[in-house]
Amino acid sequence: MKDIATLEKEIIDDFSLFDEWTEKYQYIIELGQKLKPLEDKYKTDDRKIKGCQSSVWLHAYTKDGLIYFDADSDSTFVKGEIALLINVLSGQKADDIVAAELGFIDAIGLRQHVAVTRANGLAAMIKQMKLYALGFQSQAV
Amino acid sequence: MRIENPETTVGPFDVAKVRSDFPVLAQHVYGKPLVYLDNAATSQKPKVVIDTLSEYYSTYNANIHRGVHYLSQKASQAFDDVRLKVKIFIGAESEQEIIFTRGTTEAINLVAATWGRTNLSKGDVVLVTTMEHHSNIVPWQLVCAERGAEVVPIPMDDRGVLDINAFEVLLTDRVKLVSVVHTSNSLGTINPVKHIIEKAHLKNIPVLVDAAQTVVHQQINVCEWDCDFLVFSGHKMLAPTGVGVLYGKSALLNNMPPYQGGGDMISSVSFSGTTYNELPYKFEAGTPSIADVIALGSAIDYLNAMDRTAAAAWELELMRISSAKLAAIEHIRLIGTAPEKSSVVSFIVDGVNAMDLGMFLDTLGIAVRTGHHCTEPVMQRLGIPGTVRASFMFYNTEEEVDRLIDGVKKGIQLLRG
Repeated sequence: MKDIATLEKEIIDDFSLFDEWTEKYQYIIELGQKLKPLEDKYKTDDRKIKGCQSSVWLHAYTKDGLIYFDADSDSTFVKGEIALLINVLSGQKADDIVAAELGFIDAIGLRQHVAVTRANGLAAMIKQMKLYALGFQSQAV
Repeated sequence: MRIENPETTVGPFDVAKVRSDFPVLAQHVYGKPLVYLDNAATSQKPKVVIDTLSEYYSTYNANIHRGVHYLSQKASQAFDDVRLKVKIFIGAESEQEIIFTRGTTEAINLVAATWGRTNLSKGDVVLVTTMEHHSNIVPWQLVCAERGAEVVPIPMDDRGVLDINAFEVLLTDRVKLVSVVHTSNSLGTINPVKHIIEKAHLKNIPVLVDAAQTVVHQQINVCEWDCDFLVFSGHKMLAPTGVGVLYGKSALLNNMPPYQGGGDMISSVSFSGTTYNELPYKFEAGTPSIADVIALGSAIDYLNAMDRTAAAAWELELMRISSAKLAAIEHIRLIGTAPEKSSVVSFIVDGVNAMDLGMFLDTLGIAVRTGHHCTEPVMQRLGIPGTVRASFMFYNTEEEVDRLIDGVKKGIQLLRG
């Protein structure tokens, strides 16, 4: 498994191919359309993330000391954002997830388009992923 | 571009000319000409309104109603002149009946906190409609929870038309106030407020009309409607944010306790007891948004100088054209198809999330609103999570409608995969 910094770098390189926001938007939509759907049994209220205009469910589990995420949304764009986060954070150690600064969100120009509005739950998703990692961290201790 | 409208008797409306009055509209977004179709959220401002703000701060900024000096007197005069303009604009009987607030929301909260707290008691009902903005629901829920009263909605049908028969059934002796929206922000429905007021008055029940989505689009007259309260915001009618109006019949306003305490609302203050100022100052505590109120006056002047009938006809034409073109697109369903409608077009697309489509349109420089539009009960009633909403102002063009339609088609193609 590559480390978080390497994975972030790869995303930044991918996005450097695009000049315009409309191209980035379409690429994120493509990622969203390709994201593996979450099984319906995991789409429960306690897995729902608050603070988004669309519904987002996040399911986390551990295997061999690493944390994995699956997620889904009724918004394809949000699924695309989830795909980016899962790509970087899923399969990593709890400590690394908690410490991740996720600078790629700024670097690819995503933050300027979504982070300032309440409509988009990107910040809420990141917070929830880190909370899971924190939870697993404290259990491990 | 000049538009001839053969169906009406109004004169041609010169869109290009009015458009040039709005500096913000000339810009490009992501390299594409801006198409601003979020007018129900807030209107753009004509240069004259922006200049008024700038002139106030550049040449006569001063606090009002206190200073003996030149600037204060000039500012006070400009401020007070607007009250007269608003009075004429809505056809009120007296300037005393015009209270400046921060906006529609504050105006409703004022009535709920003062009139509501004084007049509502256990078992009473405040009648609203299913299509209220949250700001005409929550203030009543707050005061009703405190007083043991209840907020009851008048139902609507699938088109977004109010059920007037149900209204008459719901208008029982328990009802102490009817508080209704004139023009729905999410559906565009125009409600028959005159009829509602007539029926309520037969039982001596006062009526508050939320005209936030109305005043920029059509001339209204509070005396003709005979409403007891009327509320609206400046920012939806070409004026700045931070200013709104509460109109109330003076008999009602005189009997209401003050809302907030502070400067300007008092007659005399001492620790043994304070007496309050007369109307309208009783309800205007603290330094008001002086510049914004004066600029509201400029917005009213701008509207008064327009051919408002022609402007309204043009807005409805844009709504009709876009509704017809959207309805013809596969997978689209229009939401809000009342026969009496304002220039709002709400729709959903089968298999496409509204926010995704809104964001896609944004990448093309087209500004629309997505979501529940602060009317969650409407969405619950219709069983949908939210809509995409395009709302038109007289400065929008037919070319912009075409850009919207083209964008929606492309968005559907992309998002349905």
